[in-house]
Amino acid sequence: MTINMDTQSNSQSEALYDYLLRLGDSPLILGQRLCEWCGHAPALEEEIAIMNIGLDLIGQCRNWLELAAKTADNGQDADKLAFTRDAHQYRNLLIVEQPNGNFADTMARQYFYDAWHLFTLEALCNSNNRDIAEIAAKAVKEVRYHLRRSREWIIRLGDGTELSQQRMQQAIDDIWMYTGEMFEMDDIEKTLVQEGCAADQQQIKQRWLDEVAETLATATINHPDPDAYMQQGGKQGVHTEGLGFILAEMQFLQRAYPNATW
Amino acid sequence: MYAQMVDTGVKKIKTLEEMTQEEQAFQKKIDDEIKIEPKDWMPEKYRQTLIRQISQHAHSEVVGMLPEGNWVTRAPTLKRKLQLMAKIQDEAGHGLYLYSACETLGVSRDDLVEDLHSGKAKYSSIFNYPTLNWADMGAVGWLVDGAAIVNQVVLQRTSYGPYSRSMIRICKEESFHQRQGYEILLTMMREGNDAQKQMVQDAIDRLWWPSLMMFGPRDDDSPNSQQSLAWKIKRQSNDELRQRFIDQTIPQLEVLGCTVPDPDLKWNEETGHYDFGEIQWQEFYQVLKGNGPCNRDRIRTRKKAIDDGAWVREAALAHAEKHRDSNAA
Ligand SMILES: [Fe+2]
Ligand SMILES: [Fe+2]
Ligand SMILES: [Fe+2]
Repeated sequence: MTINMDTQSNSQSEALYDYLLRLGDSPLILGQRLCEWCGHAPALEEEIAIMNIGLDLIGQCRNWLELAAKTADNGQDADKLAFTRDAHQYRNLLIVEQPNGNFADTMARQYFYDAWHLFTLEALCNSNNRDIAEIAAKAVKEVRYHLRRSREWIIRLGDGTELSQQRMQQAIDDIWMYTGEMFEMDDIEKTLVQEGCAADQQQIKQRWLDEVAETLATATINHPDPDAYMQQGGKQGVHTEGLGFILAEMQFLQRAYPNATW
Repeated sequence: MYAQMVDTGVKKIKTLEEMTQEEQAFQKKIDDEIKIEPKDWMPEKYRQTLIRQISQHAHSEVVGMLPEGNWVTRAPTLKRKLQLMAKIQDEAGHGLYLYSACETLGVSRDDLVEDLHSGKAKYSSIFNYPTLNWADMGAVGWLVDGAAIVNQVVLQRTSYGPYSRSMIRICKEESFHQRQGYEILLTMMREGNDAQKQMVQDAIDRLWWPSLMMFGPRDDDSPNSQQSLAWKIKRQSNDELRQRFIDQTIPQLEVLGCTVPDPDLKWNEETGHYDFGEIQWQEFYQVLKGNGPCNRDRIRTRKKAIDDGAWVREAALAHAEKHRDSNAA
């Protein structure tokens, strides 16, 4: 079976393929963003932690993309999917492609994503698709640690110095409009939820809101307007300007030397 | 090598008769291969020499992340990206571990890092060379980590306990890095296209001599080595280590099907070693002085990272402080 990714279809395996790309592309792009920190982190301990989390994310991405390739059975593999798709074929959330900014920006992005990521993976552990449940069960252990760490940083910086509080507040306010997309379910996700293989974001949303409200309160950070206008489109392949440059850098060798073995 | 030129501050090695009783007891321990531990008495110059050597090594691990960070966002496959990320994470861990070993000698990491940024402290000259193509990630692992291992395997027996123990732990990971680096090159040579093979040869051409420079000056020009050897801070001379590295590396080079840019390199039946050409010592000393292709950039980048992160570290401290107060109250 061959899939034309540019046309929407409701057939089950095409929906599943798309959903797997969504699951794999977000950790890939976030992992890539974390790689950009290499050598620039605020302390050696953070160099290690950032690289460690990036490693987990890209490892998870590889599992999802391998499964996606297997599902599509169209001669792709995880590397082809990662290194030869263009931006409009990428299905990651907009939040993960946002620039690193300062350390508070990176941690705000990480925290909102980690909380969503953990709850989503926990739901996926109960997926009736055994491959999905297996990958999720492995990833859940890693992401539990990711969330604990990013939550700690939100609290530390929020309830730290005047300057760090101000920077954390700004970071939270800036990234907020990219959080809504995580819970928007289009037909693809709705179909798969009905089939029992995808995570129901309607159920995850409240848990996420509770988690975030509690952390921001502890961090003495003002909660952004819950009804604020939210950006979306990443899951459908409509991205921010940043993604094209991320891919240009990440895919350079595969683009310059097509089909080479590395 | 990671510590290439460590000043001992000693003009002439004392004879046993010239030593005080404390110094004699200390030297006897060293001679008997008993490790010196942080609380033991030690000559001030031994302590200073160790601080210089271990901190140079720590700085090298940290600065060494930059040439690899230069390619980690451009690794060609997910597997290669994961490998490189894991290596970089290891190197940061080595840095941390060595700074801790250094702190047992009564200095703080902050002060050591300050000395790096001010140019007072050195790090290995190799990291002042740029990484220009993907094969450099293979060549760095194979040659640079490879040269590091030759030195560090010997340093597992160094006289200072904490340093010796860090070397034992670090060496295992460095051998892994070396094999991984070599495998990157082997894959490109065996399964790659012409452009990839050229990348490999180009990387070796650029990194070969700088790798040999990692072992430091020739023994004749290494006035501090004698004291370091007597204290067993060093265990073998620069030239011995360099020769060992060449002898073990050339057969691996031949398996790759590559060459090194040294017309004088040839096997010597009589000595049982490879002869090799003269290192460009002027370049070596210039790079050590700060005039290599990347010196300025590397230090500016490291300084900027630590300066830009000051508010983060201050916030973490302030938060911990508040937390402590509220716990106490
Ligand atoms: Fe290392
Ligand atoms: Fe090392
Ligand atoms: Fe290494």
